[in-house]
Amino acid sequence: MSDRTPLLEFKEINTHYGAVHILKDVNLAIYPGELVCLLGGNASGKSTTLKTLLGMVKPTSGDVILDGEVVNEKPISYRVERGVTMVPENRRLFKRLSVKENLELGAYLRTDKAKIAEDLERIYDMFPRVKERLSQRAGTLSGGEQQMVAMGRALMSSPRVLLMDEPSMGLAPALVETNFELIQQIHAEGVAIFMVEQNANMALSIADRGWVLQTGKVVLDDTADALLQNPELRASYLGEAESH
Amino acid sequence: MIAVKRSKQSVLRTNNSVDLFLTVIRVVSLIVIALGLLLFFIEQIRGTALNGDAPLTGGAIRGLFVTGVSQGAMYGLIALGYSMVYGVLGFINFAHGEVFMAGAMSAWITSNILFDNGMWEGGFSFIIALLIVLLVAIVVSTLATILIERIAYRPRRESPRLIPLITSIVVSFFMQNAVLGLFGPASKTLPAPPSWMSDSYTFLEIEGTKILVMVIAAISMAGLWVFVERTKTGKAMRAVAEDKEIAALMGIDVNRTIVTTFAVGGAMAGVAGVLWGLLFRGVSSQTGFLPGIKAFTAAVIGGVGNLGGSMAGGLILGVAESVGPLLILKPMTIPAVSQLKDAVAFAVLVLVLLFKPTGLFGERLASEDRA
Repeated sequence: MSDRTPLLEFKEINTHYGAVHILKDVNLAIYPGELVCLLGGNASGKSTTLKTLLGMVKPTSGDVILDGEVVNEKPISYRVERGVTMVPENRRLFKRLSVKENLELGAYLRTDKAKIAEDLERIYDMFPRVKERLSQRAGTLSGGEQQMVAMGRALMSSPRVLLMDEPSMGLAPALVETNFELIQQIHAEGVAIFMVEQNANMALSIADRGWVLQTGKVVLDDTADALLQNPELRASYLGEAESH
Repeated sequence: MIAVKRSKQSVLRTNNSVDLFLTVIRVVSLIVIALGLLLFFIEQIRGTALNGDAPLTGGAIRGLFVTGVSQGAMYGLIALGYSMVYGVLGFINFAHGEVFMAGAMSAWITSNILFDNGMWEGGFSFIIALLIVLLVAIVVSTLATILIERIAYRPRRESPRLIPLITSIVVSFFMQNAVLGLFGPASKTLPAPPSWMSDSYTFLEIEGTKILVMVIAAISMAGLWVFVERTKTGKAMRAVAEDKEIAALMGIDVNRTIVTTFAVGGAMAGVAGVLWGLLFRGVSSQTGFLPGIKAFTAAVIGGVGNLGGSMAGGLILGVAESVGPLLILKPMTIPAVSQLKDAVAFAVLVLVLLFKPTGLFGERLASEDRA
């Protein structure tokens, strides 16, 4: 993997909220087409990592690198145009807008009308349920349907890397598995996926690599299989103690 | 334990007495309205029976409604600006009435220039002149509101919502006094429109100016509706109103969208300023105050943040203040009713909020910080 240039990279990133030091010298690299996950407990800096990658939060030191270019000072739209997008925590659809408008907003920065229409069709194929509800307000959909729209909206920006913040949070247990299948399906189409997830077992079972974040520091950085075997991780995140 | 129980009980008791109080007020207000209307009909019938002459002729009532609708349309146009800014930034922009006044002032200046050049007469040339006046008013009000946003509100964007609210009141005073200083306290008069404008038309016998006012208002609202509902920028505006962070995530330039929102609201206020000029012909530095407050009232009646509601609120307010005094107050032998029209307008607000606290078409807002 290391012979390719990373798509998105963190070099010695430090982030502060006021006086609070959130991320401490974090190094990350996401390569094209990879499925990687970031694990960590509450307040470990997972969401801040995502926000810093997108430019919603500016790092106090270090570099965010997109395709080899330092993008610290670039706006979110610059990164979205170049194929970075996010499915936010709790989906955050525009509830008062129609499902169709939500999807269209995903393609806000794109101007290639023919290609947008094509992608819209592709999303309808992927989520037939969404197609039935196009003119409905997004807020009236069920949790599972909203998740589909949130993913569809993100895919409408034609991303190369999809950042996912807790994709299984707030979903009915039965939907969590479907959701992971969807993530794999999107990954199979060549989109790199960077997933922040509480459900470590499930996430690692589909991921290539993973990082573990603890109070703003990367404490483990390995392949998914190695992490699954790691005794320390098993004890703290994979619920080993309960499974005995 | 006992203390806790007691405090719980007393909380419940206050709730009950508040509810009871509200119910009493609701019932009383309905009785007053019903009584007024009943007395009105009795007087009408008695008057017709006694001397074949009702106190209010059909033509007079029709006139009141037409006046109400045309003024209400103007309130509605102003109300849109309050509603849009509230939707996007969550505070009431009290300087909006002054943006409307700036439009009316510009209408006074341009219409007089055009009048001196002989364009404020005839058919075709009057229409062209009116379009020029409208265009200038739209430009003036839009620029004014963009400037206000840039200078007064943007630096306070991250402050608690009460701070831009107070800032807007300051801006309002500043603009009133600036115009007072520049043009003096006397009321300025727009030139009289050509005679065909004061004739009456259609079976409803509506005055030409009022038809014109209603047509201009209808076109502006339709234009705004198309803009907000059918264009990409409109979609971005609605997205920003709902969730700025996620709108930015879609690649929307939130700052520019907020400016657009102010600009569109300002343009509507500019149009309303010209309509004011057509309806009343008198403009001064104080012109913005009462219509501004009434438009804000209209926005609350319709449910702030809801554009259709603001329009409807404007029309309801306009008709109520025009019809209400003579239809409900006069039959109850209240003296000098026509001077109570402002009181009636605000009474409508109280009434609507008594029955539906979110406004007629409003939705309950989430617990975001809004002022």
